Amino acid sequence: MSGQSASSVAGGLNPLRQTKPRYGEAVIRGVLTLAAAVSLFTTFGIVISVLIPSLEFFAEISILEFLFTTTWTPLFANPQYGVLPLITGTLVITVIAVLVAIPLGLGSAIYLSEYASPGARKVLKPTLEVLAGIPTVVFGFFALEFITQYVLKPIFPSIQVFNALSAGLVMGIMIIPTIASLSEDAMAAVPSGLRDGAYALGATKRQTALRVVVPAALSGIVAAFVLGISRAIGETMIVTIAAGLQPNMTLNPLQGMQTMTSYIAAAGSGDVPTGSIEYKSIFAVGLLLFAITFVMNMISIRLVRKYRQAYQ
Amino acid sequence: MSELHDPNAPQATSDLSNTGRMDVSAVLDEGRASVPDSIREVVFNLDDVHIFYGDFEAVSDVTMQIGKNEITAFIGPSGCGKSTLLRSFNRMNDLIPGARVEGLLAYHGFNIYAPEVDPIEVRRRIGMVFQKPNVFPKSIYENVAYGPKVNGMKVNMDDLVEDCLTRAALWDEVKDDLKKSAYALSGGQQQRLVIARCIAVKPEVILMDEPCASLDPIATAKIEDLMKELAADYTIVIVTHNMQQAARVSDRTAFFTADVDAKGVRHGRLVEYGPTRSIFTAPNEPRTEDYISGRFG
Ligand SMILES: Nc1ncnc2c1ncn2[C@@H]1O[C@H](COP(=O)(O)OP(=O)(O)O)[C@@H](O)[C@H]1O
Ligand SMILES: [Mg+2]
Repeated sequence: MSGQSASSVAGGLNPLRQTKPRYGEAVIRGVLTLAAAVSLFTTFGIVISVLIPSLEFFAEISILEFLFTTTWTPLFANPQYGVLPLITGTLVITVIAVLVAIPLGLGSAIYLSEYASPGARKVLKPTLEVLAGIPTVVFGFFALEFITQYVLKPIFPSIQVFNALSAGLVMGIMIIPTIASLSEDAMAAVPSGLRDGAYALGATKRQTALRVVVPAALSGIVAAFVLGISRAIGETMIVTIAAGLQPNMTLNPLQGMQTMTSYIAAAGSGDVPTGSIEYKSIFAVGLLLFAITFVMNMISIRLVRKYRQAYQ
Repeated sequence: MSELHDPNAPQATSDLSNTGRMDVSAVLDEGRASVPDSIREVVFNLDDVHIFYGDFEAVSDVTMQIGKNEITAFIGPSGCGKSTLLRSFNRMNDLIPGARVEGLLAYHGFNIYAPEVDPIEVRRRIGMVFQKPNVFPKSIYENVAYGPKVNGMKVNMDDLVEDCLTRAALWDEVKDDLKKSAYALSGGQQQRLVIARCIAVKPEVILMDEPCASLDPIATAKIEDLMKELAADYTIVIVTHNMQQAARVSDRTAFFTADVDAKGVRHGRLVEYGPTRSIFTAPNEPRTEDYISGRFG
């Protein structure tokens, strides 16, 4: 046998040679490489197009003034560029949203995964996910016209028409499905043997859910929280409509506030002359937003990895 | 019957059956072989027990008693309802939608399926060890402490953890690593940790569903030694597909099989139950004989 193949190699034609060309392979390879390249270049492009005007901005305004002063009036005759009011605005609204979304989202997830009958789950999970499909502009008007008018005004008569509280509450409602759905996935992936083990020790349903299933699913749940928080920080429409466009250095949620995103949206859609310092400030704020979200993601990756190590 | 004992059967088959029987009776535990024919103190009394999953009757008409401080083995081919029956002893079947028990299943004379009975109380007294070692994603210490904590037991937790790990023959291997994740342990160690976790709530009965199925022979031998030691204080019921294991560790053996009814549905039933020595050396039922001699199952 080996002698034969050796002789046919010697004779010129190797029987193991490729006889059929495989064009399909090359095409697939090309298309996939292109797809990967497009997303890579897009990210790169975004970073460059944000970075260059930002650097020009910081050539005129010092980073210290930008980060640590408290008046944000880029459109005034005597403009000031202290970004802190936008950061506190973002922070206050995000904290309110998170305070709404984490308990309700995690609660829904625990209910769906541990308590609901299979029939109830089949109806409830898609219903919850419909919430995620509602356009944010609808949420924005819901916050302004309904929550502020009919829910908050009777409780807090001094509340402003545009206020952080209604925007935060509604943004919280908006991210419930994200947190609930991803947390539920993580809990459903916990092996049923762990539940059996807890029940066999005389644990109640609540003790099983809270002390075994939730800790076992913690890395997935933390990832769900971080994704929800990132969505809240980046959300634009609800805050633009319901929280107003006044930069306001305050922690009082009954007042109007501007966030980083709503400044970008408002200034970007206004008639700011291209190349002016006001124009470049949009990108500086965008870069800051990008940096904050990036740090959040790094933290979440760390957390997820930490719990993975502990539990596997 | 006569066909099954045909001395002219093909040589290979009779060799196999002979060795199968010889091996099993050779490993019978001498100490345990002296168990009396009748049970001295009854822990479980089953009378005409039927277990259903929805309309499907998985276990049919089981009548038997389980003796205190004895090791009772359930053997039989896969799918004959051994796990189903075992899970009905501590109401784990309640967790499966549609599962239902009919007939009398009494624990010290109390029907554990009576309406006033709390399944959580049942499970606290009747612990369970599963086929796959299902340690919690917590530290070794927290695994043992979980049961006492959820049951609100007022104890010195450090002492209890040490005591249970010692009884489960694991203390010496883990005493310096109590804060480490239980997932860092080997499969055999994890199964001993599960046993320690189980005895931490001070049950009277330990149910074990193929506890060695995922373990290597050395780890299996350790668990078997442990079971014999625990039998001094606990009543143990073990499901095993390993007949040698049943012969090695148990006082009594129950052989189950699945009968096919007129509609072609398989129902598990108890074929024969008695002291392990008689089941393995002098079974009354030809089907038991066939199974333990390796002719089917
Ligand atoms: N959760 C369940 N739902 C429906 N049928 C089940 C369930 N668990 C087991 N069965 C069925 O009950 C029968 C007995 O199963 P099981 O008790 O697991 O047998 P064994 O432990 O002897 O292998 C099998 O026919 C099996 O398919
Ligand atoms: Mg089984």
